[in-house]
Amino acid sequence: MAKKILIADDEPNIVTALEFLLQRSGYEVLIARDGDEALKTVESARPDLVLLDIMMPVRSGYEVCKRIRERPDWAHIKVVMLSAKGRDAEVNKGMAMGADLYVTKPFSTRELMEKVKGLLPP
Amino acid sequence: MLQGPVVILAAFAYLGVLFAIAYYADQRADAGRPVIANPYVYSLSLAVYATAWTFYGSVGRAASDGIGFLPIYIGPTLMIALWWVVMRKILRISKQNRITSLADFIASRYGKSALLGGIVTVIAVIGILPYISLQLKAVSASYLILVQYPEVVMPPVLGEASVRQDPALWVALLLAAFTIAFGTRHLDAAEHHQGMVAAIAFESLVKLLAFLAVGIFVTFGLYNGFGDLFARAAAVPKLKAMMTPLEGVAGGYASWVWLTILSMMAIMFLPRQFQVTVVENLDERHLNKAIWLFPVYMLAINVFVLPIAFGGLLHFPEGGVDADTFVLTLPMVEKQEGLALLVFIGGLSAATGMVIVETIALSTMVCNDLVMPVLLRMRSLALNEKPDLTGLLLGIRRGAIVLILLLGYLYFKLAGEAYALVSIGLISFAAVAQFAPVVLGGIFWKGGTRKGALCGLLAGFAVWSYTLLLPALARSGWLPIGLLEQGPFGIALLKPLALFGLSGLDQITHAMIWSMLANIGGYVGVSLVATPSVEEHRQASLFVDVFRQGGEAGGARFWRGTASVPELHSLLARFLGAAAADEAFEEYARSRGRRWRRDPLDADAELVHYVEVKLAGAIGAASARVMVASVVKEEAMTIDEVRTILDEASQVVVYSHRLEQKSRELEAATAELRAANERLKELDRLKDDFVSTVTHELRTPLTSIRAFTQILLEHPQVDAEQRSKFLGIITKETERLTRLINQVLDLSKIESGKAEWRESVLDLRELIGDAVTGMSQVFEERNIKVDVEVPAKVAPVRADVDRIIQVMLNLLSNAAKFCEPGRGRVRVALRDDGGALRVEVRDNGPGIDPSDQGVIFDKFRQVGDTLTGKPHGSGLGLHISRQIVEHFGGRMWVESRVGEGACFAFTLPHG
Repeated sequence: MAKKILIADDEPNIVTALEFLLQRSGYEVLIARDGDEALKTVESARPDLVLLDIMMPVRSGYEVCKRIRERPDWAHIKVVMLSAKGRDAEVNKGMAMGADLYVTKPFSTRELMEKVKGLLPP
Repeated sequence: MLQGPVVILAAFAYLGVLFAIAYYADQRADAGRPVIANPYVYSLSLAVYATAWTFYGSVGRAASDGIGFLPIYIGPTLMIALWWVVMRKILRISKQNRITSLADFIASRYGKSALLGGIVTVIAVIGILPYISLQLKAVSASYLILVQYPEVVMPPVLGEASVRQDPALWVALLLAAFTIAFGTRHLDAAEHHQGMVAAIAFESLVKLLAFLAVGIFVTFGLYNGFGDLFARAAAVPKLKAMMTPLEGVAGGYASWVWLTILSMMAIMFLPRQFQVTVVENLDERHLNKAIWLFPVYMLAINVFVLPIAFGGLLHFPEGGVDADTFVLTLPMVEKQEGLALLVFIGGLSAATGMVIVETIALSTMVCNDLVMPVLLRMRSLALNEKPDLTGLLLGIRRGAIVLILLLGYLYFKLAGEAYALVSIGLISFAAVAQFAPVVLGGIFWKGGTRKGALCGLLAGFAVWSYTLLLPALARSGWLPIGLLEQGPFGIALLKPLALFGLSGLDQITHAMIWSMLANIGGYVGVSLVATPSVEEHRQASLFVDVFRQGGEAGGARFWRGTASVPELHSLLARFLGAAAADEAFEEYARSRGRRWRRDPLDADAELVHYVEVKLAGAIGAASARVMVASVVKEEAMTIDEVRTILDEASQVVVYSHRLEQKSRELEAATAELRAANERLKELDRLKDDFVSTVTHELRTPLTSIRAFTQILLEHPQVDAEQRSKFLGIITKETERLTRLINQVLDLSKIESGKAEWRESVLDLRELIGDAVTGMSQVFEERNIKVDVEVPAKVAPVRADVDRIIQVMLNLLSNAAKFCEPGRGRVRVALRDDGGALRVEVRDNGPGIDPSDQGVIFDKFRQVGDTLTGKPHGSGLGLHISRQIVEHFGGRMWVESRVGEGACFAFTLPHG
């Protein structure tokens, strides 16, 4: 059974690109357009990894990450934060919230895919 | 056995012992191991208060007035209880200012006034003469009685003896020689006579022992104790009356009160008391013990006064024996040779003690405050040029001692017979009481001035002379007795013993009331109206605030001028001798951590003050002032300057007030800075936010562009449809990036005021038409229906065509973006509001929540639709549009309800 990855981002073009890449690598892809939707999808679909944008409507990526980490039964879910905010304070905050990886936009798609595969072999 | 030669030999032997004690004490003092540096010797030396008057006269007074003799001893006992307040202050002042006598003290207090010092000296000398004559009378009378032993015969009337055979004269000359030997062997800068003090303390013991011996002999030898003696006395009606308190006193209560007050003043202001209490004091702490030891002495020497008086009266009931001589005649009549001789020696010690100290004190005053100031002012003598004046100073003092004793003798010859011992003493007490107002006022009241002191003293002394001295001379037959009985020129109101009709009082009370009235009235009254000089101001401050000022340098801060060290040194050497001057300068240099004659000394205010104080110790404050002024160039300080220094306290207040003001100003400045800083921080934060937001907005399209470019590059097998879709996205994101960059630049131009505005007259109908036409393709693509409502004719406006088109395109594209997909409807309306044209762009989208309506025009505030996700746009469009509208004097706002679309509107004023 294919590993499930949730893409939570409000930028449709970025979602399109990531979806294309992840499907090509053999993952099952889920999509959420805001923080609320992301949490609901995690609840209902139990992805193995979440690609989480920080600047999202309704709930920020930080908050979503924090909620995920509050649930012991979700402890196995890997969280990769994607953000245009690249300052140290923001990276530290993301890691403190329990992210496994913090990737600054714009990113190299190849490197991102290698890291995702490292965290979650397809 | 007790013939003349034996008595004389005993007297000389006693004086020899005194001299030996004095010599020994002086030697010890020179060796730096003083014998008098303890409170017991100090207290005993204070007992110089008990003179021959006490020794013989108390019994005399008790024999006539019963316990009426007591006020003379109650006064000092009361006064000494106040010494902690009064005498401690006088002591401190005197030590800091090197006061050498009472005259010096008063002169120094009132601006170092030589005139005042001279007047005090004259008053003291004249006032004390009766007292000295009293001692001469006592010694010579006791001698004449004793040599008649075993007969008890009163001496012949003294006036009848030829002067050469008069023992009083010989006593006077002998005491003069003795005093000279005691008191003027050398000149001391501090006027300490340690040998004399030791001898006086010894004399106090001798007279006490002698008196106690007589008392015990009478009480327990002649009678069986106090009870027996008093019982027998009570059996005699005349004596019984004396045992009732106050009954026996002439003048009753008033007399008691005044006598007590008088003796309270006497213990402080008799020159000899000032000498032993203040000038000879080595340690202020000795006062503590003296405050209770002295009253004990007073009690001891008075215990047997009444028993001896009653014993005498019982023994000599027929009279014929002067009660003043009971102390001596009782042992004589009982054939107690040894005791009689002891009594004579005791009386001698009481008299010599008084005479020695009194004449030394008076001679110091005469020299320092009367003669020297005059001599120093006489330019013809050129004393300033003499290298050594110590010999002259000692000569003047010796002369003064002889003169004072001879004057005392003269008074004795003139008036001595007219009064009993006690009355003579009281005349002197009344004279020195005249010093009380100026001294006590001087140490507690800064307002007392030189003129006030002069007036008070002169007025008091004049009244004293008129009411006490003049009657004494009249009664002795030297002035017509009619002066007393009818008043001068027959004017009864001016009768010396009943001035202005005040009668019914005893002589002393009468004199005290009038003299004190004149004295205090003159002192206070004139002080209140007289303006004090600079010098008076500063001396008043130094005296009254003595406990608040530190050390001897206190006086230096008021001095300003120039001096030279060698001149100051030679000045000191002239009056103290070269050795003492060297010593003084060495001491000064040491206190500054330097060596005299090796390290240079600064002739500054402190050194000048030091020299003046040293000099004052030898020649008095007033003369020292004159001498120092002769070698230094002083700059006069104005009264204002001195006041300024004196008012340090108020200066501090002003200063702290200024400080407070400054601190308030600083606080205000700090608050302003803090506010400015807050604004800067806020701006900085806004800038940071802006940069951060712009960066974020730039990175987002860049992320898409990079991702798709990389996908196309790394996945060549992507099919054509997907490829063209990806390329389309890349193009769109590139456009978005370009638009964003343009808008940021545009905004920065507008905000920094660097934007170019080309104003022209516009027809908004035309402009709206062009804008809608420009957007028609977008509307068609999204199937949006556009309605435009414009009036047939509108007023022109003045604005930049391109900028207003930009605003319209922004509003139209926003409307297109948010329209209900598929059934979009946009209505554009133009209206004239009267004064301004109003443009509305209305859509039928989801509407804007009221909470978002306020922030929608802020930078980077995009209000998205949760359903459709984030709208495309930089978030700068509306912000820039509003800036443009406002630039041309219009305004822009939004009206909307959720679910009912939004209406953006703006106005532009008529051109």
